[in-house]
Amino acid sequence: MSEAILALTAAQAVAAIRAGDLDPAELYETYRGRAEANELNAFTWVAERDHRGGFDTVAPLAGIPLGVKDLFCTEGVPSQSGSKILQGYLPPYTATVVQKLYDAGATLLGKTNQDEFAMGSSNENSAFGPVLNPWDTARVPGGSSGGSAAAVAGGLAPWALGTDTGGSIRQPAAFCGIVGLKPTYGSCSRYGMIAFASSLDQAGPLTRDVTDAALLLSHMVGQDANDSTSLAFPEEIVLPSRRELRGVRLGVPEELLSAEGGIDEGVRASFERALDLARELGASIEPCTLPSAPYALSAYYIIAPAEASANLARFDGVRYGLRVDGDGDLTTMYSRTRAAGFGPEVKRRIMLGTYVLSSGYYDAYYGTALRARTVIARDFERAFADFDFIVTPTAPGAAFELGAKSADPLAMYLNDFCTVPMSLAGIPAISIPSGLSDGLPVGLQLAGPAFSENRLLDAAHALEQAIAFDGSPAWKGVAA
Amino acid sequence: MLERETVDHVARLARLELNEAETEKMAGELSKILDHIDAVRQLDLEGVEPTSHVVDVVNALRADVPQQSLPREVALAAAPEPTESGFGVPSPGASAE
Repeated sequence: MSEAILALTAAQAVAAIRAGDLDPAELYETYRGRAEANELNAFTWVAERDHRGGFDTVAPLAGIPLGVKDLFCTEGVPSQSGSKILQGYLPPYTATVVQKLYDAGATLLGKTNQDEFAMGSSNENSAFGPVLNPWDTARVPGGSSGGSAAAVAGGLAPWALGTDTGGSIRQPAAFCGIVGLKPTYGSCSRYGMIAFASSLDQAGPLTRDVTDAALLLSHMVGQDANDSTSLAFPEEIVLPSRRELRGVRLGVPEELLSAEGGIDEGVRASFERALDLARELGASIEPCTLPSAPYALSAYYIIAPAEASANLARFDGVRYGLRVDGDGDLTTMYSRTRAAGFGPEVKRRIMLGTYVLSSGYYDAYYGTALRARTVIARDFERAFADFDFIVTPTAPGAAFELGAKSADPLAMYLNDFCTVPMSLAGIPAISIPSGLSDGLPVGLQLAGPAFSENRLLDAAHALEQAIAFDGSPAWKGVAA
Repeated sequence: MLERETVDHVARLARLELNEAETEKMAGELSKILDHIDAVRQLDLEGVEPTSHVVDVVNALRADVPQQSLPREVALAAAPEPTESGFGVPSPGASAE
């Protein structure tokens, strides 16, 4: 029975519960048991039981379990953003998107592991230790939403929430052979998300398929009085149905496919095969140009650390989490607490951000990066005059081995080459599996204009049907 | 290559205690990252306005109506040193420079 349950997508599970063919308690216990066994270290905390003491089968999400990235505040439930500095923190309130999903009938399954404060592309920067990729447990699941991606791919959660600042939903989705969507900036409230880079952070779904991504997203969007940068989504998110791509114009940006991006042969081959399928479905595929996009990574690694250095100033041993004694001295207490509580990557980014914002360097770095952001966003606007969507590989390679890149921060950052331009422009982008390369999943990224989620999901759905990727080896435990 | 003094200065600004080995390593790593991000200066940005935020919203204000805030004991529950009146800290006087 367990395998039959695990074979269901979230949308199928909702339908089965509605039809009376599936007991929501059995569904919950199946996933809870697997999450608790936690063989991939994908969870930092697993619920002992359903949080509302029953399953709301009438609600749209029919009580089905949800994995939630650790950085979402969940009232009374540990929320540490993967950091030692928030050890023991139990938030007094729940993040808006989580609350909205509860209201829609989702049941909290557990909190998922992540890179500390969402800084990383491998999930190796977690105070809870690395997450393993269900396709090959010697490899990373990607990051920073690595726990969410591994949990969904490995059948430890039917779906999960993640956040994406420069690729943190899309890249792990690609590495784990699942779907990950970064919505338009502002479409989902950031209230209750422990902040990394506020002008970029956005919550989004990690799911088995595109339909599930649409279903989860449809209950996440909306303006929130508690987030002044949130916007009302202009239309209802509907479930995708499209099976062809007639008349759809896909642009392949030369600059992101250039040698600089370091895209390997296996990824390139998988990408080309997916484009062939898109062509067969009726899409037109032409090269396009995003001249400033190759500079996006540089701009991103100025802007994101700058914002992070300000956001993480709040972790000072005063209001929550860890405090290390400073021999009676306030500044010493701050410095020692932060030295003991933050991991190496977080320290690196705080230092980088503090440096680029410091007197004498502010305009040369931060000011320049903000102007670069303007031209990067304009490149997309121009491209979308001629194309419906931009397509790229999601990441330059498939999942790498644990430890392979941890000694070289810059090599790790290059994973984000194809995903950061969309983050800086604030536009939606989805990663879907395009196939396997040497037995490991590879992702294809589709990006569209702001608030084009419905069209984007529809196009991704058509392509998904044609690609017909089989993710079951990961949750059946028979991959690699 | 960033000078040690610069790393020490930035660490002080960031309220981050770094040991000898960390400072050494940080100088090398930050230099390498800064070399890479310097590339952004190759863009022609003459006359381009900065974008600090992509959302076209200015001063999103709610109605000025008093609302219930977190009860004091709830707000203080996670503090390492809660006191009667707020968050307890060591004396700031001791660190005046």
